[in-house]
Amino acid sequence: MSDDIRDVIIIGSGPAGWTAAVYAARAQLKPLVIEGSTDAGGALMNTTEVENFPGFTDGIMGPELMANMRAQAERFGAEVITDDVTEVDLTGPVKLVTDGEGTVHRAHAVILATGSGYRRLGIPAEDTFSGRGVSWCATCDGFFFKDKEIAVVGGGDSAAEEATFLTRFAKNLTLIHRRDELRASKIMADRVANDPKIDMAWNSEIVDLQGEGSLKSLTLRDTRTGETRQLEVQGLFEAIGHDPRSELFVGQVDLDDAGYVKVAHPSTRTNLTGVFACGDLVDHTYRQAITAAGSGCQAALDAEKFLADLHDAALA
Amino acid sequence: MSNITEVTDQTFEQTVLKSAKPVLVDYWADWCSPCKQMSPILDELSAEFGDRVSFVKMDTNTNPVVPASQGVMSLPTLQVFVDGQVVKQVTGGKTRNALVKLLDEFVN
Repeated sequence: MSDDIRDVIIIGSGPAGWTAAVYAARAQLKPLVIEGSTDAGGALMNTTEVENFPGFTDGIMGPELMANMRAQAERFGAEVITDDVTEVDLTGPVKLVTDGEGTVHRAHAVILATGSGYRRLGIPAEDTFSGRGVSWCATCDGFFFKDKEIAVVGGGDSAAEEATFLTRFAKNLTLIHRRDELRASKIMADRVANDPKIDMAWNSEIVDLQGEGSLKSLTLRDTRTGETRQLEVQGLFEAIGHDPRSELFVGQVDLDDAGYVKVAHPSTRTNLTGVFACGDLVDHTYRQAITAAGSGCQAALDAEKFLADLHDAALA
Repeated sequence: MSNITEVTDQTFEQTVLKSAKPVLVDYWADWCSPCKQMSPILDELSAEFGDRVSFVKMDTNTNPVVPASQGVMSLPTLQVFVDGQVVKQVTGGKTRNALVKLLDEFVN
Protein backbone atom coordinates (compact mmCIF):
# COMPACT_ATOMS: atom_id res chain seq x y z
CA MET A 1 0.00 0.00 0.00
CA SER A 2 1.32 3.44 -0.88
CA ASP A 3 1.36 5.80 2.11
CA ASP A 4 -0.18 8.95 0.78
CA ILE A 5 -3.62 9.52 -0.67
CA ARG A 6 -3.29 11.23 -4.03
CA ASP A 7 -5.68 13.64 -5.60
CA VAL A 8 -6.27 11.71 -8.79
CA ILE A 9 -5.37 8.49 -10.56
CA ILE A 10 -5.93 8.12 -14.31
CA ILE A 11 -6.36 4.59 -15.67
CA GLY A 12 -5.54 4.36 -19.37
CA SER A 13 -3.23 6.12 -21.77
CA GLY A 14 -4.97 6.86 -25.05
CA PRO A 15 -5.86 10.40 -26.13
CA ALA A 16 -8.46 10.62 -23.33
CA GLY A 17 -6.09 9.51 -20.57
CA TRP A 18 -3.18 11.70 -21.63
CA THR A 19 -5.33 14.78 -22.17
CA ALA A 20 -6.82 14.29 -18.71
CA ALA A 21 -3.25 13.95 -17.41
CA VAL A 22 -2.08 17.17 -19.09
CA TYR A 23 -4.98 19.14 -17.61
CA ALA A 24 -4.74 17.55 -14.17
CA ALA A 25 -0.96 18.05 -14.05
CA ARG A 26 -1.23 21.70 -15.07
CA ALA A 27 -3.79 22.11 -12.28
CA GLN A 28 -1.09 20.90 -9.83
CA LEU A 29 -3.00 17.71 -9.02
CA LYS A 30 0.10 15.52 -9.59
CA PRO A 31 -1.87 12.80 -11.36
CA LEU A 32 -0.70 9.22 -11.41
CA VAL A 33 -1.28 7.62 -14.82
CA ILE A 34 -1.36 3.83 -14.92
CA GLU A 35 -0.75 3.45 -18.62
CA GLY A 36 -0.95 -0.32 -19.14
CA SER A 37 1.90 -2.74 -19.72
CA THR A 38 1.55 -3.90 -23.31
CA ASP A 39 -1.18 -1.78 -24.81
CA ALA A 40 -0.11 1.63 -23.51
CA GLY A 41 -0.98 4.40 -25.92
CA GLY A 42 -4.26 2.80 -26.85
CA ALA A 43 -5.86 2.21 -30.22
CA LEU A 44 -3.76 4.78 -32.07
CA MET A 45 -0.63 2.70 -31.47
CA ASN A 46 -1.84 0.32 -34.18
CA THR A 47 -2.59 2.99 -36.75
CA THR A 48 -0.35 4.59 -39.30
CA GLU A 49 -1.00 8.13 -40.43
CA VAL A 50 -3.54 10.17 -38.48
CA GLU A 51 -4.77 12.78 -40.95
CA ASN A 52 -7.63 14.36 -39.05
CA PHE A 53 -6.13 15.43 -35.72
CA PRO A 54 -6.26 19.24 -35.89
CA GLY A 55 -2.97 21.07 -35.85
CA PHE A 56 -0.94 18.57 -37.88
CA THR A 57 -1.22 19.91 -41.40
CA ASP A 58 0.71 16.98 -42.90
CA GLY A 59 -0.71 14.32 -40.60
CA ILE A 60 1.18 12.53 -37.84
CA MET A 61 1.86 8.86 -37.14
CA GLY A 62 -0.43 7.46 -34.42
CA PRO A 63 2.39 6.20 -32.16
CA GLU A 64 4.23 9.52 -32.48
CA LEU A 65 1.11 11.46 -31.52
CA MET A 66 0.75 9.29 -28.42
CA ALA A 67 4.43 9.66 -27.49
CA ASN A 68 4.02 13.44 -27.75
CA MET A 69 0.93 13.46 -25.52
CA ARG A 70 2.74 11.35 -22.94
CA ALA A 71 5.77 13.65 -22.96
CA GLN A 72 3.49 16.67 -22.61
CA ALA A 73 1.78 15.16 -19.54
CA GLU A 74 5.15 14.27 -17.97
CA ARG A 75 6.47 17.77 -18.61
CA PHE A 76 3.82 19.12 -16.23
CA GLY A 77 4.51 16.54 -13.56
CA ALA A 78 2.27 13.56 -14.32
CA GLU A 79 3.71 10.40 -12.80
CA VAL A 80 3.49 7.30 -15.01
CA ILE A 81 3.41 3.62 -14.10
CA THR A 82 3.83 1.17 -16.99
CA ASP A 83 1.64 -1.60 -15.69
CA ASP A 84 -1.91 -2.88 -15.86
CA VAL A 85 -4.56 -2.32 -13.26
CA THR A 86 -5.72 -5.64 -11.89
CA GLU A 87 -8.31 -4.55 -9.33
CA VAL A 88 -10.19 -1.46 -8.23
CA ASP A 89 -12.35 -0.50 -5.29
CA LEU A 90 -14.04 2.73 -6.31
CA THR A 91 -17.05 2.73 -4.03
CA GLY A 92 -15.63 4.39 -0.89
CA PRO A 93 -14.44 7.97 -0.33
CA VAL A 94 -10.85 6.75 -0.82
CA LYS A 95 -10.43 4.88 -4.09
CA LEU A 96 -8.11 1.87 -4.23
CA VAL A 97 -6.36 0.93 -7.47
CA THR A 98 -4.13 -2.18 -7.54
CA ASP A 99 -1.45 -2.58 -10.21
CA GLY A 100 0.12 -5.74 -11.64
CA GLU A 101 2.92 -5.72 -9.05
CA GLY A 102 0.29 -5.78 -6.32
CA THR A 103 0.86 -2.19 -5.19
CA VAL A 104 -2.33 -0.51 -4.01
CA HIS A 105 -2.56 3.18 -4.96
CA ARG A 106 -5.03 5.43 -3.17
CA ALA A 107 -6.76 8.58 -4.39
CA HIS A 108 -9.75 10.83 -3.79
CA ALA A 109 -10.67 10.80 -7.47
CA VAL A 110 -10.21 8.37 -10.35
CA ILE A 111 -10.55 8.99 -14.08
CA LEU A 112 -11.40 5.90 -16.12
CA ALA A 113 -10.00 6.01 -19.67
CA THR A 114 -9.44 2.38 -20.57
CA GLY A 115 -10.90 2.68 -24.08
CA SER A 116 -12.10 -0.27 -26.09
CA GLY A 117 -10.69 -3.54 -27.35
CA TYR A 118 -11.33 -5.36 -30.61
CA ARG A 119 -14.24 -7.74 -30.79
CA ARG A 120 -13.70 -11.43 -31.55
CA LEU A 121 -15.82 -13.77 -33.66
CA GLY A 122 -16.17 -16.06 -30.67
CA ILE A 123 -15.67 -19.39 -32.43
CA PRO A 124 -13.46 -22.01 -30.74
CA ALA A 125 -10.84 -22.31 -33.50
CA GLU A 126 -10.14 -18.59 -33.27
CA ASP A 127 -7.75 -19.07 -30.35
CA THR A 128 -5.91 -21.86 -32.13
CA PHE A 129 -5.07 -19.66 -35.09
CA SER A 130 -4.59 -16.36 -33.29
CA GLY A 131 -1.14 -15.18 -34.40
CA ARG A 132 -1.07 -18.10 -36.87
CA GLY A 133 -3.12 -16.49 -39.57
CA VAL A 134 -5.84 -14.74 -37.58
CA SER A 135 -5.08 -11.11 -36.81
CA TRP A 136 -6.81 -7.97 -35.61
CA CYS A 137 -4.25 -5.52 -36.92
CA ALA A 138 -3.60 -5.10 -40.64
CA THR A 139 -0.86 -2.54 -40.15
CA CYS A 140 0.94 -4.85 -37.69
CA ASP A 141 0.68 -8.19 -39.44
CA GLY A 142 -0.18 -7.50 -43.10
CA PHE A 143 3.52 -7.65 -43.93
CA PHE A 144 3.55 -11.41 -43.27
CA PHE A 145 0.93 -12.12 -45.95
CA LYS A 146 2.73 -11.04 -49.10
CA ASP A 147 1.27 -12.84 -52.14
CA LYS A 148 -1.09 -14.83 -49.90
CA GLU A 149 -4.84 -15.27 -49.99
CA ILE A 150 -6.35 -12.95 -47.40
CA ALA A 151 -9.85 -12.45 -46.03
CA VAL A 152 -11.16 -9.51 -44.03
CA VAL A 153 -14.37 -9.86 -42.04
CA GLY A 154 -16.56 -6.87 -41.20
CA GLY A 155 -18.65 -4.22 -42.88
CA GLY A 156 -17.71 -0.91 -41.31
CA ASP A 157 -15.10 1.71 -42.05
CA SER A 158 -12.32 -0.18 -40.34
CA ALA A 159 -13.03 -3.35 -42.34
CA ALA A 160 -13.05 -1.33 -45.57
CA GLU A 161 -9.84 0.43 -44.54
CA GLU A 162 -8.09 -2.82 -43.63
CA ALA A 163 -9.19 -4.47 -46.87
CA THR A 164 -7.95 -1.57 -48.97
CA PHE A 165 -4.66 -1.46 -47.06
CA LEU A 166 -4.10 -5.21 -47.36
CA THR A 167 -4.47 -5.31 -51.14
CA ARG A 168 -0.87 -4.09 -51.33
CA PHE A 169 0.22 -7.46 -49.87
CA ALA A 170 -2.54 -9.86 -50.90
CA LYS A 171 -2.62 -12.05 -53.96
CA ASN A 172 -6.41 -12.03 -53.63
CA LEU A 173 -8.55 -10.47 -50.97
CA THR A 174 -12.09 -11.40 -49.95
CA LEU A 175 -14.15 -9.08 -47.81
CA ILE A 176 -16.69 -11.11 -45.82
CA HIS A 177 -19.81 -9.39 -44.57
CA ARG A 178 -22.98 -10.86 -43.13
CA ARG A 179 -25.28 -8.36 -44.87
CA ASP A 180 -25.73 -7.39 -48.50
CA GLU A 181 -24.24 -3.92 -48.19
CA LEU A 182 -21.44 -2.27 -46.23
CA ARG A 183 -22.03 -0.09 -43.23
CA ALA A 184 -18.91 1.87 -44.12
CA SER A 185 -18.99 5.53 -45.19
CA LYS A 186 -19.60 6.18 -48.87
CA ILE A 187 -16.02 7.13 -49.64
CA MET A 188 -14.67 3.90 -48.10
CA ALA A 189 -17.38 1.68 -49.64
CA ASP A 190 -16.62 3.17 -53.07
CA ARG A 191 -12.93 2.47 -52.62
CA VAL A 192 -13.73 -1.18 -51.91
CA ALA A 193 -16.20 -1.47 -54.81
CA ASN A 194 -13.68 -0.01 -57.27
CA ASP A 195 -10.74 -2.11 -56.12
CA PRO A 196 -10.16 -4.92 -58.65
CA LYS A 197 -8.27 -6.96 -56.04
CA ILE A 198 -11.21 -7.17 -53.62
CA ASP A 199 -13.91 -9.83 -53.97
CA MET A 200 -17.03 -9.53 -51.87
CA ALA A 201 -18.57 -12.41 -49.93
CA TRP A 202 -21.98 -10.92 -49.14
CA ASN A 203 -24.48 -12.44 -46.69
CA SER A 204 -21.75 -14.65 -45.26
CA GLU A 205 -20.62 -15.47 -41.78
CA ILE A 206 -17.59 -17.43 -40.64
CA VAL A 207 -18.55 -20.57 -38.75
CA ASP A 208 -15.23 -22.42 -38.56
CA LEU A 209 -11.51 -22.17 -39.30
CA GLN A 210 -9.22 -24.96 -40.48
CA GLY A 211 -5.50 -25.46 -40.80
CA GLU A 212 -2.47 -27.32 -39.59
CA GLY A 213 -0.14 -25.17 -37.55
CA SER A 214 -1.42 -22.17 -39.44
CA LEU A 215 -4.66 -21.12 -41.06
CA LYS A 216 -5.55 -22.76 -44.37
CA SER A 217 -9.29 -22.21 -44.89
CA LEU A 218 -12.55 -20.86 -43.54
CA THR A 219 -16.05 -22.27 -43.55
CA LEU A 220 -18.58 -19.64 -44.60
CA ARG A 221 -22.31 -19.94 -44.13
CA ASP A 222 -24.76 -18.09 -46.32
CA THR A 223 -26.96 -16.14 -43.91
CA ARG A 224 -30.06 -16.51 -46.17
CA THR A 225 -29.85 -20.10 -47.38
CA GLY A 226 -27.75 -21.66 -44.61
CA GLU A 227 -25.49 -23.29 -47.21
CA THR A 228 -21.84 -23.60 -46.30
CA ARG A 229 -18.74 -23.38 -48.44
CA GLN A 230 -14.98 -23.36 -47.96
CA LEU A 231 -12.72 -20.41 -48.69
CA GLU A 232 -8.99 -21.03 -48.84
CA VAL A 233 -7.03 -18.25 -47.12
CA GLN A 234 -3.79 -18.00 -45.17
CA GLY A 235 -4.73 -14.80 -43.43
CA LEU A 236 -7.95 -13.62 -41.75
CA PHE A 237 -8.16 -10.06 -40.48
CA GLU A 238 -11.05 -9.35 -38.15
CA ALA A 239 -12.62 -5.89 -38.11
CA ILE A 240 -16.03 -6.55 -36.62
CA GLY A 241 -16.04 -3.75 -34.09
CA HIS A 242 -14.91 -2.90 -30.60
CA ASP A 243 -16.18 -3.41 -27.10
CA PRO A 244 -15.52 -1.06 -24.18
CA ARG A 245 -12.90 -2.31 -21.75
CA SER A 246 -15.03 -2.03 -18.64
CA GLU A 247 -14.64 -5.55 -17.10
CA LEU A 248 -12.65 -4.15 -14.15
CA PHE A 249 -15.48 -1.87 -13.15
CA VAL A 250 -18.41 -4.29 -13.35
CA GLY A 251 -20.54 -4.24 -10.20
CA GLN A 252 -19.20 -0.84 -9.11
CA VAL A 253 -19.67 1.62 -11.94
CA ASP A 254 -22.99 1.66 -13.81
CA LEU A 255 -22.65 0.31 -17.35
CA ASP A 256 -25.16 0.26 -20.18
CA ASP A 257 -26.27 -2.91 -21.97
CA ALA A 258 -23.29 -2.82 -24.31
CA GLY A 259 -20.83 -2.38 -21.43
CA TYR A 260 -20.11 1.31 -21.86
CA VAL A 261 -19.68 3.32 -18.67
CA LYS A 262 -22.69 5.56 -18.11
CA VAL A 263 -21.90 9.21 -17.45
CA ALA A 264 -24.17 12.15 -16.59
CA HIS A 265 -23.86 14.03 -19.90
CA PRO A 266 -22.67 16.66 -20.53
CA SER A 267 -20.39 15.96 -17.54
CA THR A 268 -18.10 12.93 -17.18
CA ARG A 269 -19.48 11.93 -13.76
CA THR A 270 -20.31 8.28 -13.20
CA ASN A 271 -22.74 6.95 -10.60
CA LEU A 272 -19.88 6.92 -8.06
CA THR A 273 -18.78 10.13 -6.37
CA GLY A 274 -15.25 11.05 -7.40
CA VAL A 275 -15.17 8.64 -10.34
CA PHE A 276 -15.14 10.09 -13.86
CA ALA A 277 -15.01 8.39 -17.24
CA CYS A 278 -14.02 9.51 -20.72
CA GLY A 279 -12.90 8.45 -24.19
CA ASP A 280 -14.02 5.33 -26.06
CA LEU A 281 -15.00 3.74 -22.74
CA VAL A 282 -18.13 5.96 -22.71
CA ASP A 283 -18.56 6.71 -26.41
CA HIS A 284 -20.79 4.59 -28.67
CA THR A 285 -20.92 7.12 -31.39
CA TYR A 286 -17.95 9.28 -32.30
CA ARG A 287 -14.88 7.31 -31.24
CA GLN A 288 -12.31 9.70 -32.64
CA ALA A 289 -8.92 10.69 -31.22
CA ILE A 290 -10.09 14.30 -30.95
CA THR A 291 -13.40 13.48 -29.24
CA ALA A 292 -11.56 11.20 -26.79
CA ALA A 293 -9.08 13.98 -26.07
CA GLY A 294 -11.94 16.44 -25.58
CA SER A 295 -13.72 14.22 -23.08
CA GLY A 296 -10.41 13.59 -21.28
CA CYS A 297 -10.13 17.32 -20.78
CA GLN A 298 -13.69 17.43 -19.42
CA ALA A 299 -12.94 14.60 -17.00
CA ALA A 300 -9.88 16.41 -15.62
CA LEU A 301 -11.88 19.63 -15.15
CA ASP A 302 -14.72 17.70 -13.48
CA ALA A 303 -12.22 15.98 -11.18
CA GLU A 304 -10.55 19.29 -10.39
CA LYS A 305 -13.88 20.86 -9.39
CA PHE A 306 -14.77 17.82 -7.31
CA LEU A 307 -11.43 17.97 -5.46
CA ALA A 308 -11.78 21.71 -4.84
CA ASP A 309 -15.25 21.16 -3.32
CA LEU A 310 -13.89 18.30 -1.23
CA HIS A 311 -11.10 20.54 0.03
CA ASP A 312 -13.55 23.36 0.86
CA ALA A 313 -15.82 20.94 2.71
CA ALA A 314 -12.87 19.72 4.77
CA LEU A 315 -12.05 23.31 5.79
CA ALA A 316 -15.63 24.27 6.57
CA MET B 1 22.00 -3.79 -18.80
CA SER B 2 21.05 -5.63 -21.95
CA ASN B 3 22.53 -8.95 -23.02
CA ILE B 4 20.50 -9.24 -26.19
CA THR B 5 22.29 -9.93 -29.46
CA GLU B 6 20.94 -9.31 -32.96
CA VAL B 7 20.46 -12.46 -34.97
CA THR B 8 19.99 -12.61 -38.77
CA ASP B 9 18.88 -15.15 -41.37
CA GLN B 10 22.59 -15.97 -41.76
CA THR B 11 23.49 -16.35 -38.08
CA PHE B 12 20.26 -17.98 -36.86
CA GLU B 13 21.41 -21.57 -37.20
CA GLN B 14 24.71 -21.04 -35.39
CA THR B 15 23.37 -18.73 -32.68
CA VAL B 16 19.99 -20.30 -31.99
CA LEU B 17 19.73 -23.85 -33.30
CA LYS B 18 23.21 -24.88 -32.15
CA SER B 19 23.14 -23.10 -28.81
CA ALA B 20 23.97 -25.18 -25.76
CA LYS B 21 21.70 -23.02 -23.61
CA PRO B 22 17.98 -22.38 -24.12
CA VAL B 23 17.44 -19.37 -26.39
CA LEU B 24 14.65 -16.82 -26.35
CA VAL B 25 14.09 -15.25 -29.78
CA ASP B 26 12.25 -11.93 -29.98
CA TYR B 27 10.85 -11.23 -33.47
CA TRP B 28 10.26 -7.51 -33.93
CA ALA B 29 9.91 -4.70 -36.46
CA ASP B 30 10.12 -0.95 -36.19
CA TRP B 31 6.38 -0.58 -36.95
CA CYS B 32 5.38 -2.87 -34.06
CA SER B 33 4.51 -0.79 -31.02
CA PRO B 34 4.01 -3.61 -28.50
CA CYS B 35 7.49 -4.82 -29.52
CA LYS B 36 8.88 -1.46 -28.48
CA GLN B 37 7.05 -1.65 -25.17
CA MET B 38 8.41 -5.11 -24.42
CA SER B 39 11.94 -4.18 -25.39
CA PRO B 40 13.01 -2.63 -22.04
CA ILE B 41 11.39 -5.52 -20.15
CA LEU B 42 13.36 -8.04 -22.21
CA ASP B 43 16.53 -6.01 -21.61
CA GLU B 44 15.98 -6.32 -17.86
CA LEU B 45 15.15 -10.02 -18.04
CA SER B 46 18.22 -10.69 -20.17
CA ALA B 47 20.33 -9.37 -17.31
CA GLU B 48 18.39 -11.39 -14.76
CA PHE B 49 18.25 -14.69 -16.71
CA GLY B 50 21.26 -14.20 -19.01
CA ASP B 51 23.42 -16.84 -17.33
CA ARG B 52 20.80 -19.52 -18.01
CA VAL B 53 19.06 -18.37 -21.21
CA SER B 54 20.48 -16.64 -24.30
CA PHE B 55 18.41 -13.68 -25.49
CA VAL B 56 18.42 -12.77 -29.17
CA LYS B 57 16.25 -10.55 -31.34
CA MET B 58 15.50 -10.65 -35.05
CA ASP B 59 14.40 -7.72 -37.20
CA THR B 60 11.69 -9.22 -39.42
CA ASN B 61 11.96 -6.32 -41.90
CA THR B 62 15.48 -7.21 -42.94
CA ASN B 63 15.33 -10.98 -42.30
CA PRO B 64 12.44 -12.61 -44.20
CA VAL B 65 13.67 -16.21 -44.30
CA VAL B 66 13.65 -17.38 -40.70
CA PRO B 67 10.31 -15.72 -39.75
CA ALA B 68 8.65 -17.39 -42.77
CA SER B 69 10.13 -20.80 -42.01
CA GLN B 70 9.17 -20.47 -38.33
CA GLY B 71 5.59 -19.54 -39.19
CA VAL B 72 5.81 -16.08 -37.64
CA MET B 73 2.66 -14.26 -38.78
CA SER B 74 2.15 -11.71 -36.07
CA LEU B 75 4.29 -9.40 -33.99
CA PRO B 76 5.49 -9.54 -31.37
CA THR B 77 6.30 -13.25 -31.43
CA LEU B 78 8.62 -14.88 -28.90
CA GLN B 79 10.03 -18.37 -29.31
CA VAL B 80 12.01 -20.46 -26.85
CA PHE B 81 14.43 -23.00 -28.35
CA VAL B 82 15.94 -25.90 -26.43
CA ASP B 83 18.44 -28.11 -28.29
CA GLY B 84 17.43 -26.59 -31.62
CA GLN B 85 13.70 -27.26 -31.15
CA VAL B 86 10.91 -24.77 -30.52
CA VAL B 87 9.46 -25.61 -27.12
CA LYS B 88 7.33 -22.51 -26.69
CA GLN B 89 5.87 -19.86 -28.96
CA VAL B 90 3.77 -16.91 -27.85
CA THR B 91 2.40 -13.94 -29.74
CA GLY B 92 1.12 -10.57 -28.64
CA GLY B 93 2.33 -8.15 -26.00
CA LYS B 94 3.17 -9.73 -22.66
CA THR B 95 3.59 -8.27 -19.21
CA ARG B 96 6.80 -8.60 -17.22
CA ASN B 97 5.12 -11.14 -14.94
CA ALA B 98 3.96 -13.25 -17.88
CA LEU B 99 7.47 -13.27 -19.35
CA VAL B 100 9.05 -14.29 -16.05
CA LYS B 101 6.57 -17.14 -15.79
CA LEU B 102 7.38 -18.21 -19.35
CA LEU B 103 11.12 -18.25 -18.65
CA ASP B 104 10.74 -20.02 -15.32
CA GLU B 105 9.45 -23.06 -17.19
CA PHE B 106 12.83 -23.52 -18.85
CA VAL B 107 15.30 -22.61 -16.13
CA ASN B 108 15.82 -23.94 -12.67
